[in-house]
Amino acid sequence: MIHALGAGLLFGVGLWLSGMANPRKVLDFLDITGNWDPSLLLVMGGAVAVTAVFFRPVIARKRLSFDKTAIDLPLVAGAAIFGIGWGIGGYCPGPAITALSNLSLEPVVFVAAMVVGGLLAKIRPSASAGSLAQR
Amino acid sequence: MANFTPVASLAGGILIGLASVWLLAANGRIAGISGILHGLFGAMSAQPPGDRSWRVLFILGLVAAGFAWHLYAGPAPAREGFGLGWAAAAGLLVGFGTRLGGGCTSGHGVCGLGRFSLRSLVAVIVFMATGMAATYLMRHVL
Repeated sequence: MIHALGAGLLFGVGLWLSGMANPRKVLDFLDITGNWDPSLLLVMGGAVAVTAVFFRPVIARKRLSFDKTAIDLPLVAGAAIFGIGWGIGGYCPGPAITALSNLSLEPVVFVAAMVVGGLLAKIRPSASAGSLAQR
Repeated sequence: MANFTPVASLAGGILIGLASVWLLAANGRIAGISGILHGLFGAMSAQPPGDRSWRVLFILGLVAAGFAWHLYAGPAPAREGFGLGWAAAAGLLVGFGTRLGGGCTSGHGVCGLGRFSLRSLVAVIVFMATGMAATYLMRHVL
C-alpha cells in the first residue's frame, strides 16, 4: 500500500517538473496554430520510453493480462469527448488532481465535475456493460 | 516555441514513466489516473476488498506532490479569464470521456503506448486531434 502512495508522489512530482500541471502549458502544446510549445511531446516520449522498456518484463513476471483490445465505438467516442474537455481546460485527470494543491477553486470544480461525468458515463442506459469495464 | 522546456519536460516524463512502472511492479495496476479515480465512484461490483485504499493513497500522493512542489517552487500562478463554468464543462467532458473510453493521457498514453497497445494508440490519436481542435476553437474562434 505504501507503494501506491510513493508512486503517486513520484508521478505528481513528474507532472510539476515537466510543466504539465500547468494547464496553460498543455494548451500551448495543443494550440498548434499559436506559439507552439512541443514540451508535452517530450513528457510523453520520456514516460513512454521508460514504460516501453520496463512494462514488458514486469507484465511477464507478474503474469498480468490485459484482455481489452477492441477498437470500438465507446473507445473512439470516449477518447474524442475526453479530448474536447482536455482542449477546453488544459486539464487531463492527473494534472487536475495534483493541481488541487493550488488551493484555488478551478481544479476543485474541475475534479468534482470529472467525477460526475464518470458517473454519467456509467449509467448510460444503452451501454453494453462489457464494453464499459473500466480498470 | 519560446516556452519550450525540453530538459525539465523530458526529466518529468521519465519520472512519470518510473512511477507507472513502480505501481505496476508493486501493485500490478496500470497508472491510469482516470481509472484510478473512477474506480472510487460507482465502482464495479466485482471489486475485491481493499481496492479502494491503494486508489486513495495514489491520489493522496499526487496531491501531496503538489504541496511539496509549491514549497520548493512557490505557488502556481492563478489563471485569468477562464471561468468556473468552463472548468465544470471541461471536467464533465473529461470524466465522461475517460470513463467511456477507458483511459486518459496516462492510461492510454503513458501506459498503453508502453505496452504497444493498438487500442491505446487509436485513443491517443483521437484525443490529441479533438484536443487540438477544441483548443483552436477556444483560443482563436470563441
